[in-house]
Parts: sequence; structure tokens; C-alpha cells
Amino acid sequence: MQSSAFMSRKEIIGFVILAALIFVIFPAVLDNFRLNLFGKYLTYAFVAVGLALCWGAGGILSLGQGVFFGLGGYCMAMFLKLEASTPENTAIQSTPGIPDFMDWNQLTELPWWWEPFYSLPIALIAVVAVPVMFAFIIGVAMFTRRVGGVYFAIITQAFAAIMTILIIGQQGYTGGVNGITDLRTLLGWDIRTDEAKTVLYFVNGVLLFAVLLVAQYVRKSKLGRLLIAMRDQEDRVRFSGYNVANFKIFIFCLGAAFAGIGGAMFTLQVGFMSPTLVGIVPSIEMVIFCAVGGRLSILGAVYGALLVNWAKTSLSESFPELWLLGLGGLFIAVVMVFPNGLAGVWSEKIEPRLLEIMGKKKSVAPAPDGAPAE
Amino acid sequence: MDERFILKVEDLTVSFDGFKAVDHLSFYVEPNECRVIIGPNGAGKTTVLDLICGRTKATEGSVVFKGKELLAMREDQIVHAGVGRKFQTPSVYEDLTVFENLELSYPKGHGVFGALAFKRDETVRARIKEIAQTIFLDGQLDEKAAFLSHGQKQWLEIGMLLIQDPELLMLDEPVAGMSVAERKKIAELLNRIIQDRSVIVIEHDMGFVADIATRVTVLHQGKTLSEGTMDRVQNDPKVVEVYLGH
Repeated sequence: MQSSAFMSRKEIIGFVILAALIFVIFPAVLDNFRLNLFGKYLTYAFVAVGLALCWGAGGILSLGQGVFFGLGGYCMAMFLKLEASTPENTAIQSTPGIPDFMDWNQLTELPWWWEPFYSLPIALIAVVAVPVMFAFIIGVAMFTRRVGGVYFAIITQAFAAIMTILIIGQQGYTGGVNGITDLRTLLGWDIRTDEAKTVLYFVNGVLLFAVLLVAQYVRKSKLGRLLIAMRDQEDRVRFSGYNVANFKIFIFCLGAAFAGIGGAMFTLQVGFMSPTLVGIVPSIEMVIFCAVGGRLSILGAVYGALLVNWAKTSLSESFPELWLLGLGGLFIAVVMVFPNGLAGVWSEKIEPRLLEIMGKKKSVAPAPDGAPAE
Repeated sequence: MDERFILKVEDLTVSFDGFKAVDHLSFYVEPNECRVIIGPNGAGKTTVLDLICGRTKATEGSVVFKGKELLAMREDQIVHAGVGRKFQTPSVYEDLTVFENLELSYPKGHGVFGALAFKRDETVRARIKEIAQTIFLDGQLDEKAAFLSHGQKQWLEIGMLLIQDPELLMLDEPVAGMSVAERKKIAELLNRIIQDRSVIVIEHDMGFVADIATRVTVLHQGKTLSEGTMDRVQNDPKVVEVYLGH
């Protein structure tokens, strides 16, 4: 591909179809409750898109994306919680004006690091900045020491475990195992109504597309090609004059930023944030979303997040005890049979068929770097 | 700084758990010289290149390139100082096209944000085309590197180094695994590209060595056994004993 166009025609079609699905078809066919559920699934898609860049393109498997999702979500939740904890709302507490869980834990004063979260702009910046800072520290510590592959995956998983333990243990500051709940308004706008949830669904969709466009830009830039090069021949990249660690740190931070935005949107749409979204299991689930969708494809990652979560909801409504087994089976099946996930199945099996049926004689080579063609 | 030598390797030693793969090795390379390193398997030839380009950290000694101490530098800094390295097995990016392989080696946009903002302008395209012609791959620019033959991958990697335009080029067995025809072609190519730079080559093929070498260093157990012109080295009884004799 000598042309460095931002998007090929196939990719534009893929984006348009996904946009139609999210902005037109889902709102038209789903009731309010289901639409809100899909909104929740889409917040996971942010993480999956970040993973498609880190893991799919760059070969950096993080099993700790839940940490960044959680950090973004907690930053948002802290702001909303402070707004909900006015002295009037909390008059029955022994210390009115602080979040209820702090009062239950005998705190008599708002901790200093909660103070900035009275301000929405600061909270919004923190939604991105806190996960990125955290990812930067991990990235510098790991990548400049050339920790990679399985070791990196295990260490990120350990971070997910540590973060959960920390949040649960520091109950008075974080709301503990229950998380931060009972969130009510955003600058006076009630986020619990059906109408608000629909609005938030669309905000979420727009943000997801913004993230997808950023991801597309990165993929199409020289940096995107470098990631693929690093995945295959790290030494060659190094001896072509690149500081490999910097590129890994960058893409890891970008994935963390995406996850943070997703987490904040989760908090807004679902109305709480808790350590169950931070730990090892959700972090691995997020990797599965990406794997099922096709880790090489950013659009595939979105479909993966939607499909797996939809299956999770449907299955756990009818067979709650079977879901985890199903999820494990799904992961094994994807890895063994469809290593490039749904996007791979599409571009290798379905698309050539379609073109054949449509009478085009053109032979279809696998798309560049397994790019999606939804 | 001693202007006579572009590269000064002095007392270079690396020890892996007590085993000295390179043992107090010293040699000097002049500008525009083509130095060939030969020696039996395990003599430490590849390790010497690894030490110069920073892939392996030396235990002691010094490597000074154009007045700069390379041992204190990171791999990418050594590359920017003007040292290029070709690996023994062809290392190309199989998932990328020939064009993209060459583009990533083009010496521009090496930082994170430089790479994000990098544009394929005419200068870049023209340079890539020029290099592709030199390495006989101008017809396959849009092909994925994975589909190239073994010999073509070797050429591509050499092309990736040429586009960096290093002052010191280090090649690890550039003709290994090539057919006779390819071998001739690459000898021609190498003879052309070593004209205006210093080169260190590791090679086993004696005919090829005689063809390109300015001077030859024979390594044995991490030490210099003999050094000089091909003729001198070939007639050195020590060399005949350990290496050429069988």
C-alpha cells in the first residue's frame, strides 16, 4: 500500500455501517432498558479498541485494562458523588456534606485528594489523566527494562488484583466493596431518568467514534506500522534507530486513556462504579471482547464487546451458572479456531464469498494487517 | 581524537557467567575500509558485532566511534551516531510491504510524535524507489515482505540499512543461504555500497572474502589470532592450523 489515505473505501463503509447500527438501528429497535444495556456494552468497547492497538497491533497484552477503566470511572464517580452529597441531602449524617460511605466509616472530613473533584473540568481531565499517568508509570517501569510478553501480562494482572484490594481495603476513602453508588445528578441534570440515559447513550456513541477515529489515525500513521514492525521484529526496529520503549509506553498510555473514557461513561450510564469492574475477571473479559471481535481490527473490537456482552446478558438471564463456562469456552474456541476473531472470519471467509456471489472476479487477498471490513 | 581510525575497539571483553566470549579484543577500522572478520564457529564473531551495536553489554573495554564512546549509549543512539547492523538471519517486517519496510528505516520521524506526524512526501518516495532499484526490488514495492524469497529478504534488509546511510555498516554473513547467482549479484552490490563507507563483514565464504576485504581479522576463542591482508592471513601458520586447515 503506497497510498497513505486515512481510510480505504472498505474502512469507510465499515465505519458507516457501525454508525448506522449505533445511532439509528439500536435506538429504533431497542426499548429504553435494552438501549441502556447496549450503552453499557459500548463503554467496554472503548477498552477493546485500546486493546486492539496495544495487543493486536503492538503485541502488548495487558490483563489489567480494568484498572484504567476503573480509574476513569472512579474519577467520574467522585465528582458525581460529591455533587450528590450536599449538606441538605446528607443532613442525617454525623458529618453532613461528605459522601455517605465516609460518614459510615467514621470519617469526619473530606480527604484532601477528593477536594479537586468538586470541579467538573478537573474531574473530566482526571478521567483521562489519571489512567494515563498510571499507565505511564507502569510503562516506564516495564518497557525501559524490556519486560514484555507473558511477564508483562502477568504483572498487569497483578496490578488489577492490587487495585481491587486497595479499593476494597480503603473503604472510608473509596466506598469499599460496594463502590461509589447513589449517584444522582450531573450539574443539576438528573442522570437517572430514561431520557437522560438515552442522551448519555448518544454521547457515548459520539465519544466512541471519536476514539475510533483517533485509533484509525494512529493505525494509519507511521507509528501504526512501527507497532506491527515491533511486534514481529523488535530488534530490527531498535537497530533502525527507534527507542522501542517509548513507542510501547505511548500506545499503552493511549489504550489507558481510551479505557478511562469508557469507565467514565460507564459510571454516567449505569450510575455507580465498583471494584468488581477493576479486578482480574473484568480485565480478562475485556481481552476476550477484543479477541472475539478480532484483535487486529478496531471495528471488530467494538463488535466483540457488543456481542460477548449481549451473549453474557442473555445467557446469564437464563442460565446464570453457565456463563463463566461459556465465556471460557468462547475464548478457547476463538484462540484455537479463529485467531483473528470475527473480523478475521469476515475478511477471510465471508467477504470473499460475498464478492464471488456479487460476481466480482477480483481475487481477494487478506486485507492488510488483517484489517477489518465490516 | 585520532583521525586515522573511524572505529577503535580496545580491550573489549564480555563474559557470560565466567565464559569469555570476547576476550580483551582490540582492533581499529579506518575510514572506507572493508574489514572482514573470520573465524571458526564460537570464535565470538557475532558477539563482537552485538557489542559494537549495543545489543550485548560489554563487561569491560571501550568502543569509540568517531570520538564517541558507544558502550555508554542505547541501541537507537548508536544507530543515530551512524552505525548500521544487518543480522545473520534476515530480519524484515513480514507483515509489511517492501515499501513500508524501507520507509520505516528512512532516517526521519524517529520519535513518538515524529512518527505520528510523519508524511510520505516526494523526497521519501523518491529515496525509497532509488534504494529499491539498488536492491533489485523496485518491482515488488507493494508486496508483503513475507512473500519474498530468502535472498530477497537479505537484500531488503541491506536496503533498509542503505536508506539509513550509515558511516559504519556491519553485515553478519550477508551471503549465507544464497544461491550462486544471488551470491554474485550481492557481491557486486556490496562492492558498490562499501565504496564510501566503512564496513565490517562476518563471512565464511573465502572467495567472497578475498573479493571484498581490505583487511581480515581472524578470531579464535574471543581473541585476535591474526590480522592483515587476505594473503598474509591465509599464509599465517597459526590460522592454517585452527581454521583454514580443515
